[in-house]
Amino acid sequence: MTTADIEKQVIEIVREQLDVKPEDCTLDKIFTDDLGADSLAIVELVLAFEEHFEIKIPDEEVENIKTVGDAVNYIRARRKA
Amino acid sequence: MTGRRVAITGVGLISPLGVGNDENWRSLCAGKSGIGPITRFDASAMTTRIAGEVRDFDPTRWIPKKEVRQMDLFIQYAIAAAAMAVEDAKLGPPDDPERFGVYVGAGLGGLPVLEATHDSLREKGPRHGISPYFVPAIIVNLAPGQISIRHNYRGPNMSHVSACSTGAHSIGEAFHLIARGGADVMIAGGTEATVSPLCVGGFASMRALSTRNDEPTKASRPFTLSRDGFVLSEGCGLVVLEEWERAQARGARIYAEIVGYAATSDAHHITAPPPDGEGAQRCMRLALRDAGLAPTAVGYINAHGTSTGADATETGAIKAVFGEHARKLAVSSTKSMHGHLLGATGGLEAAICALALHYQVLPPTINLDDPDPECDLDYVPHGARKVAVDVALSNSFGFGGTNACLAFKRVG
Repeated sequence: MTTADIEKQVIEIVREQLDVKPEDCTLDKIFTDDLGADSLAIVELVLAFEEHFEIKIPDEEVENIKTVGDAVNYIRARRKA
Repeated sequence: MTGRRVAITGVGLISPLGVGNDENWRSLCAGKSGIGPITRFDASAMTTRIAGEVRDFDPTRWIPKKEVRQMDLFIQYAIAAAAMAVEDAKLGPPDDPERFGVYVGAGLGGLPVLEATHDSLREKGPRHGISPYFVPAIIVNLAPGQISIRHNYRGPNMSHVSACSTGAHSIGEAFHLIARGGADVMIAGGTEATVSPLCVGGFASMRALSTRNDEPTKASRPFTLSRDGFVLSEGCGLVVLEEWERAQARGARIYAEIVGYAATSDAHHITAPPPDGEGAQRCMRLALRDAGLAPTAVGYINAHGTSTGADATETGAIKAVFGEHARKLAVSSTKSMHGHLLGATGGLEAAICALALHYQVLPPTINLDDPDPECDLDYVPHGARKVAVDVALSNSFGFGGTNACLAFKRVG
């Protein structure tokens, strides 16, 4: 899976979960401040990433995933490892 | 109740008869049944395969799409009905939010999401099988909680849970709260959405449900000899209660005044009333006393009338309370049309009483083709009736032997 693939799929999941418009869902967007996610929505998002990309994201690492771009980078690193 | 007077200035109705106040009232006056085959799940293995399902409910009319899947259907109904009630009352945003509250309950709460989540827990395990929204999706008091968030109502907010009298108790408690000065405006009533395998199966297991699967619209037939159980139904019935002077000052349309409320317990059996309906009798008497009304003032009773054996008990209790006057007043069970909405039913039926007083029309008991000799009152059979009526009562009784009675008075 290329970085472009991961990016496309992450954006699709974020759009679906947080019900945001395509133009609003860019890599620099912060889930909480920009996309309206509360703590429960973040949990739901992380679980969706886990299921879709078949990885595990430990709770203590979730706080480092603040933007859409953070999620893409994290998932790319995890899938290589 | 001595204290401040309380007006009903808005209603919000969702039932198998329709989504919206006009839709419901029109169907009630037309004597239409909302009962049909179960479509929510495959009921082919059930002894009961009919229910009163709400049709054409689009939650996104009231709730952002991403939030819809964060809450069970009973909460969606409550949010929608509250929006309708507030609009119907022409309330606008609260001028003094701390004086605005919400008492909305449910008898069972979020069974459909509970059932689905249990399935996914078994399939996927705890980490991926349980949504972080699971708890707020199913707990009963998220119905009033969600309403308060959307309307900025910062006063008392809770759910009274008393099975099939939930809606009536919620309205009665809200009425007394306003009367004694604890709030100025309350959204109150009940909501329920449990046309699900566990709920239908559970009541079927008690042999409490009608099995008239081939004739769904005839299945809810209170007070008849051929009644064979209640018809499970769903929806939401809410009212806006408002301190009288406030309602008058803003020129609100007042459907009716709520004048009396009582709550009693049978202390008898988990599901059955005592043969003489003592708790129900006492409840009606106390509600009349609360209202400062003589039994002879009452022109209409919206009966609990579930289409079970207890219809005869309620009839006996009405005769005991009203004596000779029981032959003069009109009684109807609108459950013959909308079915039994469990925790929501008392809310819907209270709103129906208010509308009956406002429009001076009594909705009928349909399907009363073969009256039980033990049920020998004037049940407004088959069709609605245009009458002059000043005072209406609404009876609601629940498992656990809990009873509620509300009294309403015509304006003017």
